[in-house]
Amino acid sequence: MSKEIRLLSTSGILGYGFPEASLQAGLARKPDVIGVDGGSVDPGPHYLGSGKPFASPLAIRRDLRLMLRAAIAAKIPMVIGTSGGAGGAPHLAMVAQMVREIAREDGLHFKLALIHAEQDKAWVKQRAAAGRVHALARQPALTDATIDRATRIVGMMGPEPFITALDAGAQVVLAGRSSDPAPWAAATLRAQLPPAPGWYAGKMLECGATPAIPKGHDCLFVTVREDHVECEPTNPARRCTPLSVANHALHENSSPIHHIEPGGLLDTSECRFEAVSDRAVRISGMHWIPAERYTVKLEGVEQTGFRAICVCGTRDPLLIGRVDAFLDTVRQEVATKAAAFGVSPDSYQFGIRVYGRDGVMGAREPQRSALPHELGFVLEVVASESQEVASAVLAMARTNMLHTDFPGRLCREGNMAFPFSPSDIEVGAVYRFSVFHAAELDDPTEVFPIEYETL
Amino acid sequence: MALIRDVARVCKSKNAGPFELTIDVVFEDAETFRRVQATGVLTAALFARLYQVPEEQVLFTPYDAAFAFKATLPRLVPAGAFGDTDVYGCQQHAPLLDVDLPL
Repeated sequence: MSKEIRLLSTSGILGYGFPEASLQAGLARKPDVIGVDGGSVDPGPHYLGSGKPFASPLAIRRDLRLMLRAAIAAKIPMVIGTSGGAGGAPHLAMVAQMVREIAREDGLHFKLALIHAEQDKAWVKQRAAAGRVHALARQPALTDATIDRATRIVGMMGPEPFITALDAGAQVVLAGRSSDPAPWAAATLRAQLPPAPGWYAGKMLECGATPAIPKGHDCLFVTVREDHVECEPTNPARRCTPLSVANHALHENSSPIHHIEPGGLLDTSECRFEAVSDRAVRISGMHWIPAERYTVKLEGVEQTGFRAICVCGTRDPLLIGRVDAFLDTVRQEVATKAAAFGVSPDSYQFGIRVYGRDGVMGAREPQRSALPHELGFVLEVVASESQEVASAVLAMARTNMLHTDFPGRLCREGNMAFPFSPSDIEVGAVYRFSVFHAAELDDPTEVFPIEYETL
Repeated sequence: MALIRDVARVCKSKNAGPFELTIDVVFEDAETFRRVQATGVLTAALFARLYQVPEEQVLFTPYDAAFAFKATLPRLVPAGAFGDTDVYGCQQHAPLLDVDLPL
């Protein structure tokens, strides 16, 4: 029989949940490795900045416990990339602490590896100064000032740090920010299989059962061989079809055929998709083109201020008919009154989102002139200095949305329906993505130090 | 004539990283894919017009293995920055639904 490795992913993100029966069905197929992707950049800059997870700790702990028990009982490695959602130091520390607690509570013993991905600013500056950091997605070149302002910068590791940790005998590997397929590519490379099917397998596994239909948070089983990959959901209610698997190549990538990864490019332009049963699909024809220089993506965020928001709506057709003029008046009133209590217009941003018109698409909305029977508003203030200033300007905005007069007004007691008391919500620190660059490395493991613990 | 909403299997948008939006239209089979491609309607220029970006900023890729067309273009506002309306970018597909294909 030809060489193969069998990989079981429990879901798209640690903490999104999966049916326990799907895990058991996967274990019955004797996987060599179990794992899950722990995070994503998709929920936005807040999580990297705040150090908090976007899945709840309760849900993460539930998934972790089931996976840990399974891995230890089956004596197989368990790998998790981008731990805690954003893969910074606090995120990794949170998941590591959960693993220690679960191990103690359940009497599980194993060697744990923690692979750090949060980057030292001095190192990032040095690498940028050496001309070895390159902007991605039309971003400006990385300056020392941007690096200094960053709340946190992570590097997105490839498979090599996972390989180091697994070679050192770690049974459970928790990594900070990682390329989503990296833990799976690591497992296949360690099994002496070529990179192309390993990376392709990782592309499937990082999303759990997403390549299957019906879509849902569930387990995916992938077998990797020399020249192909076979994938099948473990839940009998789902199945992979050639089309469902082919479509997954479109997911969250700028190109469906060229997938840039640390150390190379996965080319899927010649992939073939064949059904091997009514639930399993074989994919072949993928190519791996090694990069001339090994690079990892850097992601960083900086704080832009503090936010306060308020939700309200109108059912008044007279107001809806002249909503733009009304909102202009509100903006002027807010600027004047905020200045009166000492907050200058350049110290905050005030936005009014109009749901029912262009709240979802903004300036790209092609139908913004259509007037509905009701409009919803989200008032938003981001103040650079403090939450107090944001909340003060927002309170003034809310009052003026409620009471500002307009020509033809009949609803003289108030313009807005507020669904909540209190109406104003303090959101806290606001971040924005500020670093999105590729850094050249001399060694794929050089900025991803590993700690080992025996539990 | 046929609207994309009536002939596509999938029409969706999503972030491709925090600064780009990627939009996919997927058809039922190779035959439909070829007929749609032959109309010449789905192009970088169409996406540039619908999403108000210069055509050279649209990466347009037909993907025949999945009977799909993909366009990737800059977001209006980076994900989660002030003024962003759609952090995941998953509700930006609607303008495509009413594109008419002379099939």
